[in-house]
Amino acid sequence: MAKRIFNIWRGDATGGRFVEYHTDVDTGMVVLDVVHRIQAEQAGDLSCRWNCKAGKCGSCSMEIDGKPRLACMTRMDTFSPSATVTLQPLRAFPILKDLVTDVSWNYQQNKRIPPFRPRPRDADGRYRMQQIDVDRIQEFRKCIECFMCQDVCHVLRDHSRFDTFVGPRFMIRLASLAMHPLDALDRIPAVRKEFGSGMCNITKCCTEVCPEQISITDNGIIPLKERVVDRFFDPLMWVKRNLLRRSA
Amino acid sequence: MTHRKDAWWIAPFLTVLGFGAFIVYTTWAALQGEHYWYGSYLSPFYSPLLFIDSSAAGAAPLEHAWFGSWPTWWPAMLPSSPALFILMFPGVFRFTCYYYRKAYYRSFVGTPPACAVGALPRKSYLGETALLLFQNFHRYALYPAIAFVFILYYDAVLAFFHDGRFGIGVGTVILLTNATLLGCYTFGCHSFRHLVGGRLNCFSCDKQTQLRYGTWKRVSCLNERHMMWAWISLFWVGFSDLYVRLCSMGIIHDFNTWGF
Repeated sequence: MAKRIFNIWRGDATGGRFVEYHTDVDTGMVVLDVVHRIQAEQAGDLSCRWNCKAGKCGSCSMEIDGKPRLACMTRMDTFSPSATVTLQPLRAFPILKDLVTDVSWNYQQNKRIPPFRPRPRDADGRYRMQQIDVDRIQEFRKCIECFMCQDVCHVLRDHSRFDTFVGPRFMIRLASLAMHPLDALDRIPAVRKEFGSGMCNITKCCTEVCPEQISITDNGIIPLKERVVDRFFDPLMWVKRNLLRRSA
Repeated sequence: MTHRKDAWWIAPFLTVLGFGAFIVYTTWAALQGEHYWYGSYLSPFYSPLLFIDSSAAGAAPLEHAWFGSWPTWWPAMLPSSPALFILMFPGVFRFTCYYYRKAYYRSFVGTPPACAVGALPRKSYLGETALLLFQNFHRYALYPAIAFVFILYYDAVLAFFHDGRFGIGVGTVILLTNATLLGCYTFGCHSFRHLVGGRLNCFSCDKQTQLRYGTWKRVSCLNERHMMWAWISLFWVGFSDLYVRLCSMGIIHDFNTWGF
């Protein structure tokens, strides 16, 4: 069995470098298996976050050959046998050690979003909604919080606008609340001003890297941007909202 | 800038080539002001015909003008081309389209050129919050774009009648296809999808919202392939103009049942 070459970033917040490892790769292995083999045989102090090994926990996200991917879902047979595979931590977030980054900023953003606020119950004391009303937002519930969309978003990754943009993952959380048939909170002004919908220039990288194939841009961010247009940039909607409704 | 090893640069490169070729050809064709009419075929770049300069070669008969002959107030330094009156409408619609924004932000501005490839350096990034707020004009560009689809269908139907006789030619098929492709692009637009139903939170509330839900679902089918419709319709509208132009100039012959 031929040895395969891996360039793995080693270091911490103070700095680091790529270290080359040569290891055997068996049939059916994924990148996370390789990291575990290198940990076991060559570098016991190599840090890597992982948990389910089934593409459902989102822990093992890293940059593989420069693109954010789940290490547990990236099969080794997708690489050329002679190719050197490069592994590095998510670039948008502070490095803790080796392949592990500090993604706590994301949890802080989640806390900023006002929680679900249901409208009053119907006269019989029940809430009612149909499946067709929630199909859209159930797509967003597939999110496993791997934060690869946050990592690849150039607003955060290249321009470091963590102060003005909440990122794609939380835009779809906002969309799931804004589109919810029972949610009574008006979220659109905050979507624009506090969470920065205008910072997104819809280049769709978040959608490209999503391991759950959520149409983040088309079904989440663009509909939110259109709701912002309804509220702030469409005089016809303003007339309908303010004048026609008042006279009715 | 990136550790990607794949050919990430191909997509932005092809986009620059595709858009560049279309912009150059469209500008050239719009400035010609002639050879936009052949038999009963009207180039989509020149429809609707607001005014007609009958002295131009390959010009449409004057009765096809909405407002008559070419205006005397038109500056002499500009070519008397009917396309100059109307091309800004589809132009603004495409320029502010969500798909095209993605394409040219990546290809022409490099924000970013491709996913996980470093954005080109700039002083500050403001997204679509400052100067680019005008992208929100897309909704207004949508309304004339819808009208254009119906106008182009009308042109395509008129193309089947030459001197009052029904017939079919290669040109009729091209023009009908053109209107259909533009319709698939326009009615798959994200703004249209939002207006017909996407803005609702409750699809099941009453008959009207249920009807809008059905429309939204169908528009969503087109919207899923918005990029494909954008490129095919872009190519085809240019090809339609070229076909009519070459027929009008006598360079190619249109096969049709009229026998001319």
